[in-house]
Amino acid sequence: MGDILTPAFIVSVLAAAVASGTALLFACLGELITERAGVLNLGIEGIMLMGALSGVAGCLWSGNAWVGAGTALIAGALVASIHAVLTVGLRANQVVSGLALTIFGTGLSAFLGRNIVGTPPPDSFRRVDVPGLADIPVLGRILFQQSALVYISFALTAFLWWYIYRTRAGLRLRAIGERPEAADAMGVDVAKLRYIYVIFGGALAGLGGAAISLGTNPGWTEGMTAGRGWIAVALVIFAAWNPARAAIGAYLFGGVEAGQFRLQTAGVDLSPFFLNMLPYLFTILVLVLSTREATRRALSAPAALGRSYTREDRG
Amino acid sequence: MAELGLLRTYRIERVPVPPRGSLALVTLGSLLAALVFGGLLLALSGENPVSVYQAMLGGALGSWNGVAETLVKTTPLLLAGLGVAVAFRMQLWNIGAEGQLYFGAIFATWMALFLAPGAPGWLLVPLMIVAGMIGGGLWGLIPGALRAYFGASEIITSLMLNYVAILFSDYLIHGPWRDPQAFGFPGSPTFPDAAWLPNWGTTRVHLGLLFGLVAAVLLWFLLRRTRWGYEISVMGENPRAALYAGMPMTRTILLVMALSGALAGLAGMSEVAGIGHQLQRNLSPGYGYAAIIVAWLARLHPFGAVLVAFLLAALTVGGDQLQMTIGLPAAIAPMLQGTILFFLLGGDILTRYRLVKRSPAVGAIASEGQ
Repeated sequence: MGDILTPAFIVSVLAAAVASGTALLFACLGELITERAGVLNLGIEGIMLMGALSGVAGCLWSGNAWVGAGTALIAGALVASIHAVLTVGLRANQVVSGLALTIFGTGLSAFLGRNIVGTPPPDSFRRVDVPGLADIPVLGRILFQQSALVYISFALTAFLWWYIYRTRAGLRLRAIGERPEAADAMGVDVAKLRYIYVIFGGALAGLGGAAISLGTNPGWTEGMTAGRGWIAVALVIFAAWNPARAAIGAYLFGGVEAGQFRLQTAGVDLSPFFLNMLPYLFTILVLVLSTREATRRALSAPAALGRSYTREDRG
Repeated sequence: MAELGLLRTYRIERVPVPPRGSLALVTLGSLLAALVFGGLLLALSGENPVSVYQAMLGGALGSWNGVAETLVKTTPLLLAGLGVAVAFRMQLWNIGAEGQLYFGAIFATWMALFLAPGAPGWLLVPLMIVAGMIGGGLWGLIPGALRAYFGASEIITSLMLNYVAILFSDYLIHGPWRDPQAFGFPGSPTFPDAAWLPNWGTTRVHLGLLFGLVAAVLLWFLLRRTRWGYEISVMGENPRAALYAGMPMTRTILLVMALSGALAGLAGMSEVAGIGHQLQRNLSPGYGYAAIIVAWLARLHPFGAVLVAFLLAALTVGGDQLQMTIGLPAAIAPMLQGTILFFLLGGDILTRYRLVKRSPAVGAIASEGQ
């Protein structure tokens, strides 16, 4: 155990944590935006799978990973729009609709992807060092010797933080999640904005799927997200609906994942089955701790989360 | 302007309690709509939907063998579906039936192979039932306790525990419980004969189906005829009222999650004791997830669950047959299941609203207002 905890080892784990946390970060940001608008989407796992598949399919078709990422965005948006229609438009139960989305996405991706299982995509997001920054000791290796998708996720996190807390549009977003009645009275079109944010969040989750299938783990296999969509939903609670904290959480989980593989190759005497349980057990632990912290510090969920809004219910 | 005229004579009104007839109609309609939509998806991906559906129907219900196979799959879907339904009634979103099923199977295997391997059948089978229900119940109790004492969302914790349970089962059959004499796929040793559930004639249908039917009746009685069942409904529909009425929230959350898990655990027990006769990999092809659909499609009603479990089982058997006859993936079944649920959710708005004819006077006022 002692000889693997060298500085070089730790830096390589941290770099891998950022790399494999990126898919989670995209999905988590997608769910975060959706929940900020007052809609719970438990379909992230299904959306990520559709994104992962579409990413590979788009890349196989065009030979270009960027086209694959674009396809994944569109696929994510399309799948999420089902949830938007059901929960915003038809005011269906958000929990059950999300579960249906996951079951549907899992089945549909397995069905549509049956002929490309194991086919390696012709292109993928490879490491691109950022000139200048990549040479910074330690930090450069961890943050700036990554793929383009990772840099996009940095920018997106910063942008969403600024958008939610510093813009008028962000204020309206928070309003429709906290007090849709008040937002409505202010003249905000609650339903329209909720549609937009649910679909946008789905697009991000789709991109998260592609970050796996064209990034850390190129190629398509059935159920390849292995519960990451659910971990992303749990991370939103850990993040207290703040994009910056979402990044911390995503890298924490990326670290668990990366550490798990490295411990395995380092020959740690623990059954791989138990090592593979770590991310799931860790999710439960994090969820329990962050729920307690949220209650203690009154970091609460958007007040109208999970509740559909109609004018007739007002007052 | 025709719409405006229509709006003047009719108005849309919310229905306080949807009548049973309209609920049944929407359920049936959503099934049909899902089949049409699924057919479109099939056609778009180059398959002939009519022949696919024919093959599915023929495979599931076209022969006695198919019907028997459908009943075999009805068993775990029904038991796990009943478990999910009882939790959903209290608005406890237990989506961990899959893991609870696995833990039921693990505990039942433990009983059959290690705790009471020499017991006669009349004793061993009931012991395995108890063990399976305890295993699933404990696994359901974990998310229940985390919810009751820490407020942690049972949706996430119960789902995470699915992965943990499956990995733990894999660990057992690759490690300490591995049958040293077996070649090929790893699995536990085969159970002693006394642990095998009796079959119906020469089919694979086993006593587990009866467990499911009995459980449905008992659950109906519990939910509809006891004070406890009434409390569950109140706590689910109006937690604040339940709190003011002094109903024991924490205790009921724990009990309901344990009961929910125990039913899924019984499904796992009946799978290992009735079908595999050993603990093996891929014990469940996602029964725990399909159970969510069973519960919701049945409107959380125990007898409805019997019918819906049979329907979804037919869908699954049909999907499996497709794989063998046409070479299409069995994933068509979950895809269709998800679609059914979408249409049901969407269609439910029809049960919650109705068109009512305005009285002429009100109509006049309304048109003046415009």
